[in-house]
Amino acid sequence: MTRITETFQKLKTHREAALIGYVTAGDPEPQSTPKIAEALIEGGVDILELGLPFSDPIADGPTIQAASGRALDAGTTPRKVLETSRKIRQAHDTPLVIMTYYNPVFRMGLNRFFRLAKECLIDGIIVPDLPVEEGGDYTQAASASGIDTIFLAAPSTSTQRLRKIVKCSSGFLYLVSHFGVTGAKAQVEQSTIQLIKKVLPHTRAHVPLAVGFGVSKPEHARCIIEAGADGVIVGSTFVNIIAKNRNNMNKMLEELSETAHKIKTATLRADS
Amino acid sequence: MKKLTDYPIKGKFGKYGGTYVPETLMAAISELEKAYLQAKRDTTFRKELQRYLSDYAGRPTPLYYAANLTRKMGGAKIYLKREDLAHGGAHKINNTLGQALLAKRMGKKRVIAETGAGQHGVATAIACATLGLKAEVYMGEEDMKRQRLNVFRMKLLDAEVHPVKSGSKTLKDSINEALRDWVTNIETTYYLIGSVVGPHPYPMMVRDFQSVIGKELKKQIMHKEERLPDALVACVGGGSNAIGTFYPFEDYATVKLYGVEAAGEGIATGKHAASLGAGAEGVFHGMLTYVLQDNDGQIQNTHSLSAGLDYPGVGPEHSFLKAFRRAEYVSATDKEAADAFLTLSKEEGILPALESAHALAYAMKLATQMRKDETIVVTLSGRGDKDVETIAEYLKVKI
Repeated sequence: MTRITETFQKLKTHREAALIGYVTAGDPEPQSTPKIAEALIEGGVDILELGLPFSDPIADGPTIQAASGRALDAGTTPRKVLETSRKIRQAHDTPLVIMTYYNPVFRMGLNRFFRLAKECLIDGIIVPDLPVEEGGDYTQAASASGIDTIFLAAPSTSTQRLRKIVKCSSGFLYLVSHFGVTGAKAQVEQSTIQLIKKVLPHTRAHVPLAVGFGVSKPEHARCIIEAGADGVIVGSTFVNIIAKNRNNMNKMLEELSETAHKIKTATLRADS
Repeated sequence: MKKLTDYPIKGKFGKYGGTYVPETLMAAISELEKAYLQAKRDTTFRKELQRYLSDYAGRPTPLYYAANLTRKMGGAKIYLKREDLAHGGAHKINNTLGQALLAKRMGKKRVIAETGAGQHGVATAIACATLGLKAEVYMGEEDMKRQRLNVFRMKLLDAEVHPVKSGSKTLKDSINEALRDWVTNIETTYYLIGSVVGPHPYPMMVRDFQSVIGKELKKQIMHKEERLPDALVACVGGGSNAIGTFYPFEDYATVKLYGVEAAGEGIATGKHAASLGAGAEGVFHGMLTYVLQDNDGQIQNTHSLSAGLDYPGVGPEHSFLKAFRRAEYVSATDKEAADAFLTLSKEEGILPALESAHALAYAMKLATQMRKDETIVVTLSGRGDKDVETIAEYLKVKI
């Protein structure tokens, strides 16, 4: 059993859902990432998602685009991100997931990338521009290294496709909450709740379901979890805190920790 | 045995191409493929497109024997396929009319597009204006400064122009932004890509619409020379006019195909846009193809005097033709293109687009290495009026 699966099971027995926290590695600079990771984990993040920055992040809104730009300008490279991940994983038990685009992985070569990722104790990987149709060799290389492949499902995904996606997914399934790119939103739309209810029957027996894109507040987390999801993915909120407090590391870490804690509290089931 | 023209098979040209896009787009892309394949078989659709191409866009464009240029070079006969005479001033209209008709057939009322130099943006605005669709065009802030006239032309044609402020603020970022828009507004919006790039079915569909160039020129050259040409030369940015020229000849091995990329200030300087000549295989804008990138897979910024060639990727069919050695990919520098621009203007009274001037620069060299009874056809993809300011600046002349 992978650490991600284990984490979801443990949370379930405690009647909690997972808070999956995303930040872009190397933002604002490579040496800040371990401290940021620690602050998020202290705040209660159950799974840490590190963005390996790419020059042309088409699935991301302005917040994460800017973070990717800052990280690349500061000299962040795939190898450095994986090295940093190893340090974080050696210090904490929290599972660590890499989120990136396909080209940096393709460029390094699938086998080399996953060998290195395994050495760096990476638990899972998310590649938003790689649909299951193109992911055959990738899924094989990842599973040979014991790394979970987290695929995405969207509001436009048909039931037939969803079955295919569930089959290729391990760790959890990443449900995109609405049509659009990443970025904080004011509220959770009713359509997102309906989407979760539509998807759940197909995933429940196979893989945990986590919902992301636009999830930024404790009340968002609560209503997504009440709809039956096993976890929420929060990114742009944390990235905004980093951007805002670039020159005040202590304040940044404190705010990250506090925000994570507030959202984490909302993931505890009402009756627990 | 499969012929080259049988590709793409399952969305791929050999290993190139494919559909590397966010899951949200997958449904729209398969809907698009279905709609396109249906339209392609429908005689009403084909007739309507044919009518727009002839009565509205001015096709067929002439095949012109450039006698003065031929005499000057002293080698093979040089013919020009005059896409510069198509409505809008470039080959772009062949594709935008086809796709805008498809958008209308699919019931989409809003069309988005990306543009670099503005030619595709203008061609999209033209097609949408005549077909009653709303056009919104993404254009890099840098490009908007370089091509102010085209920005105004689009506005006159009732298109909305969205400045793109992300990344390098040029063509690649406009495609990123158009993709982000599409992901957000997928139910109402048609994304009209301007070249043989992006996820399947775009490279195939844009090729099919642009193949009218090669089909016409095949008939025209047979009429004039009573045999196929010995060489075809076209410029390659994304590569749509080149594929449109090459495709009907891909299975005729005696016809040599040359794609000319932008060498900018020279390949060795790193300031160029030669994806096939100096790039490596990668996955970018939904396709596996040759890409200009660093060792970590980050996409690199490009340079060319011609904004239309300033793109770090290339259509996957070109990567395929390169792998099969069916086409040869060469390059021309800013200087060679500017010289060819001036030569054609003086010798033939035709101002070529700077993009097309790259093809011309190579064809002029090639002609001198060929016999006088051989023929070269150069696709003059667009007219050069839009480039007059750039040329003046390049020559350091005040106008």
